[in-house]
Amino acid sequence: MIALVPRTAISRRREILTPLIAFAVAVALAALILLAMNRSLLVAVNVYLIEPLASAWGIQEVLLKATPLTLIAVGLIFAVRANRWNIGAEGQFVVGGTLGGWLAIATHGQEGVWILPAMLIAGMLGGLVYGLIPAILRNRFGISEILSSLMLVYVAELMLDFLVRGPWRDPRAFNFPKSVNFDAAATLGPIIEGGKLHWGIVLAGLAVVAATLLLGRSLFGFAVSATGEAPRAANFAGFNADRLTLAVFALSGALAGLAGIIEVSANIGQLQPSISQGYGFTAIIVAFLGRLNPVGALVAALALAVLLIGSETAQIMLKLPFDMTRAFMGLLLLCVLTGEALTRYRLVWK
Amino acid sequence: MDLALLILTTIATAATPLVIAGLGEHVVERAGVLNLGVEGMMIMGAAVGFAGAVVLDSSFAGLLIGSLAGGAMAAVFGLFALGLATNQVATGLAVTIFGLGLVGLIGQPFVGQPRPPIGSVLFGLDAVVLASLWLAVATAYVLKRTRTGLILRGVGESHGSAHALGLPVLGMRWRAVLFGGLCAGLAGAYLSLVYTRFWSPGMTAGRGWIALALVVFAAGSVRRLVAGAYLFGAILVAQLHAQAGAIGIPSQFLSMLPYLMTIVALVVLSLAGRRGAGAAGSLGQPFVPDR
Repeated sequence: MIALVPRTAISRRREILTPLIAFAVAVALAALILLAMNRSLLVAVNVYLIEPLASAWGIQEVLLKATPLTLIAVGLIFAVRANRWNIGAEGQFVVGGTLGGWLAIATHGQEGVWILPAMLIAGMLGGLVYGLIPAILRNRFGISEILSSLMLVYVAELMLDFLVRGPWRDPRAFNFPKSVNFDAAATLGPIIEGGKLHWGIVLAGLAVVAATLLLGRSLFGFAVSATGEAPRAANFAGFNADRLTLAVFALSGALAGLAGIIEVSANIGQLQPSISQGYGFTAIIVAFLGRLNPVGALVAALALAVLLIGSETAQIMLKLPFDMTRAFMGLLLLCVLTGEALTRYRLVWK
Repeated sequence: MDLALLILTTIATAATPLVIAGLGEHVVERAGVLNLGVEGMMIMGAAVGFAGAVVLDSSFAGLLIGSLAGGAMAAVFGLFALGLATNQVATGLAVTIFGLGLVGLIGQPFVGQPRPPIGSVLFGLDAVVLASLWLAVATAYVLKRTRTGLILRGVGESHGSAHALGLPVLGMRWRAVLFGGLCAGLAGAYLSLVYTRFWSPGMTAGRGWIALALVVFAAGSVRRLVAGAYLFGAILVAQLHAQAGAIGIPSQFLSMLPYLMTIVALVVLSLAGRRGAGAAGSLGQPFVPDR
């Protein structure tokens, strides 16, 4: 039998190495799946890990993909650190995109510098309010925020589906379920004229800096960690657990909503039945892989963005569906959790 | 009369996967473990069960294989959440994400294929429906009236005390988790082989999560669990009929019903003053024996 023996000291080096080793082990396990499916490992390594970084175009796409992942994950870090489980970021992302997108559709044909900032704020508010629902249900009725936040993902997706097939459909789109194309005034533009890298990347960077300061240097950050690690002690210290639940859900919801409207405004340019490739769920893995640290999450988001870009090529080159990437994400989370366990415990044969 | 019977049969067919998966998770949570991998174990059962049925040309074999596939996923969960004491919420999520991805690869060749005839498994009302009700009775009996059930509940209520008394905390939890996986896998296989009769990715559509909510709704009572599952079966059937009947409500709103009703059911439960009732004392906490 193997027994777990707690380590007395946790080394700093081990903390940094853990996610790297976890990533390597997950890649090795994914390689086994690929071998079982008779795919060439050499081609796979090239497609998933090298090609996305081999061209300026690829690096640009990686940065674009990492933007929503970073924004959402930074918000989720607060929730997970406070031991609250917001697994509905996908829904908050969709609501943010929908509400912000509504403003773009409503102002279609109008000019105005106010439109874009208003859209971003609407997106944040949408995600914030939608994120508050599970928090309120938890505080008021004692309902598990895990279940309610997840149920609301389905509701948000169906709502968007209804809107773009019904009231918001572009009458000139030949019955395609999509809204009108957004005007220039409603489009989050590129940082450099003619490029694709948009200002959302800057916002994601700002979010990382702000979250680092908030977590490490503010009373709020301390309250979050205290409530997560020692709820009773936090209570004695005067931190209100209910209010903290509201705060972390509002924060993670707002950032997911912001990510949603950025994606819609800068990348998609219209509303359509599906505006997310599971960013809200992938961001959970990003948060854990980044060891619940905003800078770590940024690095993790970049790593997973490389794989996501690679998986688009893999669908053509290796005839591998997106499911391969999803399976890998699950494996990766398991490996990260194992790494966490091994930093805290030693395995001993008995 | 015939119509009423037909409706009842349809509801039973829709409710049965929820009953089976719910019973499995009920036992798991009684033992103090929160396995959020139900959706992943269920979809794995649906895919592998369907694949097995087509390859072996037997739907009965498919149900069996699907159940085992769910058990295998539960073993993965157990390896991490019990063996390495990892966070149960995150581990369950990982199992669900992994399962949802892997079935896309496993099920790919079977999309659009017909299932083999169900043969002797059907007697008017199919055998699995009846078996699920027997399973409910047996589960309630074992949990309430046997020594095994008492130990299982004790382990879930306070793993520290149970361990101090020399009871096998992890052994009991392993058995509960595997039982939960076998149940979820069977529920999934029933879904693809009997309910929809074809395989498509994402076909569980959140049923695993609804089963998890049903366990909360049941608040420790198997009878309430079965009643809740049939209530949800009725909602699922009503939603399908309303969509087919084109009653003027957009189909998306009807599709939202099961998810919204899940939340409503939990609110009603709370308003009835049963907030947090029936959850095992050590639910969701990892256990590491100190010696």
